Amino acid sequence: MLNEYLILLKSEWIIIAIIFLLLFIKVGPKDWKNETLLYGINILLLFNLLAGFYNNVEGNLFNGMYHSTQLILLEKNILNLGVYLVSLIAYPWLKEHKHLLEFYILLLSTLLGMFFMISSGNLLIFYLGLELSTIPLAALANFDLHKRQSSEAAMKLIISSAFSSAILLFGVSILYGTTGSLSFYEISQHIYGNQLQVIAFILILAGFCFKISVVPFHLWTADVYEGAPAPVTAYLSVISKTAVLFIFMSVMYTVFKTIATQWYLMIFVLSIVTILIGNLFALRQNNLKRFLAFSSIAQVGFILLGLSGTSIMGIASVIYFLLIYLFSNLAAFGVITLVSAVANKETISDYKGFYKTNPFLSWVLAIALFSLAGVPPTAGFFGKFFLIMAGAERGNYIWVVFAAINMIISFYYYLKVVKAIFMDPNDQPIETISIPALPKLAMIICLAGMILTGFFSWIYEYIYSLSIL
Amino acid sequence: MNEVPLTHILFLSTALFFIGAYGLFTRRNMITMLMAIELMLNSVNINFVAFNKYLYADKLDGIFFSIFIITIAAAEAAVAIAIIINLYRSHHSIDVEDATELKY
Repeated sequence: MLNEYLILLKSEWIIIAIIFLLLFIKVGPKDWKNETLLYGINILLLFNLLAGFYNNVEGNLFNGMYHSTQLILLEKNILNLGVYLVSLIAYPWLKEHKHLLEFYILLLSTLLGMFFMISSGNLLIFYLGLELSTIPLAALANFDLHKRQSSEAAMKLIISSAFSSAILLFGVSILYGTTGSLSFYEISQHIYGNQLQVIAFILILAGFCFKISVVPFHLWTADVYEGAPAPVTAYLSVISKTAVLFIFMSVMYTVFKTIATQWYLMIFVLSIVTILIGNLFALRQNNLKRFLAFSSIAQVGFILLGLSGTSIMGIASVIYFLLIYLFSNLAAFGVITLVSAVANKETISDYKGFYKTNPFLSWVLAIALFSLAGVPPTAGFFGKFFLIMAGAERGNYIWVVFAAINMIISFYYYLKVVKAIFMDPNDQPIETISIPALPKLAMIICLAGMILTGFFSWIYEYIYSLSIL
Repeated sequence: MNEVPLTHILFLSTALFFIGAYGLFTRRNMITMLMAIELMLNSVNINFVAFNKYLYADKLDGIFFSIFIITIAAAEAAVAIAIIINLYRSHHSIDVEDATELKY
């Protein structure tokens, strides 16, 4: 019995242990050097990542409140990988930072919340996990304590996330009123698609759309991404979004399965609008973080397109794309973090002539942008290909073609950055930056991921074999 | 004894929810905006407790949920107020109109 708790909750226990260890180091008498701490923590996170592949069991706990399947374990591994990479690329920013340990404690608390959220089988645990993964994030966004922009971003994040959870909760309360249960399975047995349930569904969908920044609810995204410190932006745009998308997918595909014929059109329309608006706003940005914020909105649109397929292929293609998105976005943010920590420059015009002084970083950024745009040799192409294939399963070919045309619009702004890096002349380019070992490792992992994930078809097949409708 | 029907309570909670939403959109003071969000969360609490008492009195799911919502709302308010204090230090104001550096 005790064994069951230990093994099924394995990934959570490891995170809790790391959090407590860091807490004890924090309150302890000895002053550690930042460098030592960073290397130590990264080794711990690497251990955490590797432990995710070992001794994986399926099962239920707490009367179905917590459940664990091979797919969920895979999702947790993806999140672990993402957190390890974020921790590596945060090195240049954290090296001088006074509150290094608090950063990791908050970061790992949000990760813990995401784990509980992903494996929840009950709306209560889901809500607790969601809040645990968003409240510390607002504190993280405020981590450049003396920057005006940082606190503004944190304020916007906490108010919009509190508002969105209030909307979501209102939907949950109506759902509870109509079905009489909080467990996902029992609710799905009592969903008939009457009017009250549809209202509850719309409120829950709106709450989710806030968290993953789908278009009518995307307004906080760009501001928060621009104001927050670069590694936190990376974390927000990749890890937290990925986690919410995982649970969004399982809520849609399990709880609201019976009314799928009604919601797939909503998701479809939202996805088309999201892709279009995200692309149009990304065209006119000059700050790189803001630019990547709008590009991530457009990417979420593509993910929703895959989700609207309501098939096994939908699940598999979304998870596959999120894996690729993680590599490509973190590679781009790795470069941006390094440059903003060393040279304090974040706009696209600052990057003119970047290739002359920093060829390696330029190539990493360029390949990341190609992968985000979906240019064939990189994995981003295969990810988008599968998403569009999954979206086409319902037969809305005209709108799927429209989404594909939007990929071409997106080439314009991604290639604008590549052009600035490689072709535009500049008298004062950013000076040559020496890359520390840890961010370099992260960039190499991301590069390998972006190129190889597309070529190894067994990755997609493996995800497909784990997905269950 | 005449009992209050469920519809009245639901009307109250829905009205409270939208008053909260209205307050969030119109008020410009951050603390007041937080209070508006609390109002919305409390309307959810009323919903849960009412549904639990009137429809599913044999189980206590709804009441437990509302206890958790109260707890988490407190945590959320704590973090939000810490952020607002930090913002006040740099902006010398808690009016949202003064925190407008990030736009478009």
